[in-house]
Amino acid sequence: MAKPVTMPQLGESVTEGTITRWLKSEGDEVEIDEPLAEVDTDKVNAELPSPVAGKIEKFLVSEGATVDVGTEIVLVAVDGDAADAPPQENVAADAPTEEFPASGTEAQPVADREGQGVDGSRGEGNGSGGISDAETLRQTRSSPVVRRLADEHGVEIAEIPGSGTGGRVTRKDIEGYVEGLEEDGAQREEQAPQEAPEPERVPLYEGDSIQDLTGIRRAIANRMASSKREAPHAWTMVEVDMSELAALREREKAAFVEREGMKLTYLPFIVKAVVESLKDNPVLNSVWDGDRIILRKRINIGVAVDLEDALIVPVIPDADELNITGLTRRIDDLITRARAGELGTEDFAGGTFTVNNPGSLGSVISTPIINYPQAAILSAEAIVKRPVVLNDAIAIRSMMNLEVSFDHRVLDGGAALRFLNAVKERLEAYGPEGRIG
Amino acid sequence: MATKNLLQAIHEGLVEEMRADESVMVLGEDVGRAGGVFRVTQDLQEEFGAMRVMDTPLAESLIVGSAIGLSVNGMRPVAEIQFADFIAPAFDQIVNEAAKFYYRSNGAWSCPITIRAPYGVVPGGALYHSQSVEAWFCNTPGLKVVAPTYPADAKAMLKSSIRDPNPVLFLEHKRTYRLIKEEVPEDDYEVPLGEARVHREGTDITVVAYGLMLYTALEVAGKLSDEQDIETEVVEPRTLYPLDKETILDSAKKTGKTLVISEANLTGSYAGEISSLIAEEAFEWLDGPVMRLGAPDVPAAAFARPMMEYFLPSAERIEEAMLELARY
Repeated sequence: MAKPVTMPQLGESVTEGTITRWLKSEGDEVEIDEPLAEVDTDKVNAELPSPVAGKIEKFLVSEGATVDVGTEIVLVAVDGDAADAPPQENVAADAPTEEFPASGTEAQPVADREGQGVDGSRGEGNGSGGISDAETLRQTRSSPVVRRLADEHGVEIAEIPGSGTGGRVTRKDIEGYVEGLEEDGAQREEQAPQEAPEPERVPLYEGDSIQDLTGIRRAIANRMASSKREAPHAWTMVEVDMSELAALREREKAAFVEREGMKLTYLPFIVKAVVESLKDNPVLNSVWDGDRIILRKRINIGVAVDLEDALIVPVIPDADELNITGLTRRIDDLITRARAGELGTEDFAGGTFTVNNPGSLGSVISTPIINYPQAAILSAEAIVKRPVVLNDAIAIRSMMNLEVSFDHRVLDGGAALRFLNAVKERLEAYGPEGRIG
Repeated sequence: MATKNLLQAIHEGLVEEMRADESVMVLGEDVGRAGGVFRVTQDLQEEFGAMRVMDTPLAESLIVGSAIGLSVNGMRPVAEIQFADFIAPAFDQIVNEAAKFYYRSNGAWSCPITIRAPYGVVPGGALYHSQSVEAWFCNTPGLKVVAPTYPADAKAMLKSSIRDPNPVLFLEHKRTYRLIKEEVPEDDYEVPLGEARVHREGTDITVVAYGLMLYTALEVAGKLSDEQDIETEVVEPRTLYPLDKETILDSAKKTGKTLVISEANLTGSYAGEISSLIAEEAFEWLDGPVMRLGAPDVPAAAFARPMMEYFLPSAERIEEAMLELARY
């Protein structure tokens, strides 16, 4: 095997040496201590004795070059049985490890007490000293700059998701958060002037009252108008026989309230059927993006919630990961917090498809406006008992109309109906033995 | 412009000043006939003669004491302390005589001496060729302490030091003598004393360092930018005393997270002074603890290579500390 010879330390404080001349050629044999090269350093000129015996395999440094002490300068093929041995690294020299006993090198006699360690080259205090623990303080007080910025912008540190050590809110976190708030504000201000210059007022008659737009009313107006303007809407409907599901709900609802503390409604069943059908029909779970269509991987379902004076659409992220109980819990939580006015911006972010259930208000047909730029929206109407023809006989069944409005640029009626029928089949598939999954 | 290493740049600065000003002279151990142990003063005695390039006995108090006497009689001596580790015998001359001369004489005599001293760890340097002594002197009003790292800065700052009417301790990191090379302008450009340099701009963390630690920190900063999108602002004080507080504070306020690296034994090192400046004057901008990295509190440095490497903050340890701070 070939063994590297390194530039030795030719005197105290010498850091490098120049190979002035090789005294051997490649291929020559060399004995231990036989001169290999002439070396010139800051302090001395010397001959470099070979530390090994063998055949010179390769010079790694040319004559005239100056190299650091420790640099490999020549490979010498040594005889012996070590061909399979691992490379003969000087492990001790190359591995300053944690175990290295710095404490063995104390310069001063150590007084007989603890806490005067000499290792630990990092300037960190030991952090105890009677103050409560650093983790807690990091969470609640973060840092001076974060406290100052929170104060200046009137935000609560606890509101902001932290990305630092142990979830600490960092300067960048709060700056990003405040920027987000300001952008929202700026957008609202930008949109306002668009509507401001409308001189054509409707005529006012005696007794009329004028209501100024609330922020949310203005946002709804803008979004609905922009959706209708941008997306060519098409609409289609199927009828779903909900009798079996209605029977299942009747059987289970008392036990469900008892167990979960929430009412069992039809909405989670509809959302679950929608989510599963979106997986088979991904084009419905997509977004129009100018000159292309983005098929979303995640399925985040927006659920329309009526607040009397406004309609809002909070989002259930990754709804495909939830069963009926999980969906019920999430929907119940969103509705409760929505009515309490406690939803944050994160509750509205990232929706990929929207479910609307005007049926809960008694509607039997509606043509919803797409939650633009999503590709489609589904409406579930009221479940009403109707006479229907079943096996050539007239039967009374619990029927529900199910519709989608879709962006006809993104998809066509065929795809919309394949999706609607998939939802329908899933809702009709609950048998007499059906259970809540 | 030609590419020069730190040794060549310092040599060139010295030669140019000696040619430009007859009162500039050199004295020290082996600086004349031998041309200095690091060859900084090579060929100077041939050009300027033995009276301006003077070999002295091995007596540092005499080297600095003579320089003081020469300086108040019109000369501008550049005294070389062969290794900064040897400076202790001259300590009294430097801090009690040179630094106070102007003040004590009520402005009658200034003391324009420059004391060059190579410092820092080198392989094999061991106890008496490795120490970083800057903190010993950064507590002495009347004295200036400079420690440039890059050749072009060093050349111009040596000239500024020689021209300065005050005593200046000019520290050169000997491990970087041949390690760092760059283009050095030919003309008589200026780098004033007391001005820090921002080597790279960044928004995530600040690193303040000088000497070999600066060189290493810049390499790590480049790596973290490429691999992890962590942008480090790297500030070199260049002059340690008096310190360019404004540049350091600006950067510390900008990023809110600062690491100060020095090669000296950590306790009582100059990194502590820089850290406390930031802690005191940039407190409301801080987004993390002001961190220091330095050598453990054991004598610098072991001859045995693994012990020496343990002593010196390595690229790995610097990277670890920078990452910890960035993620804080």
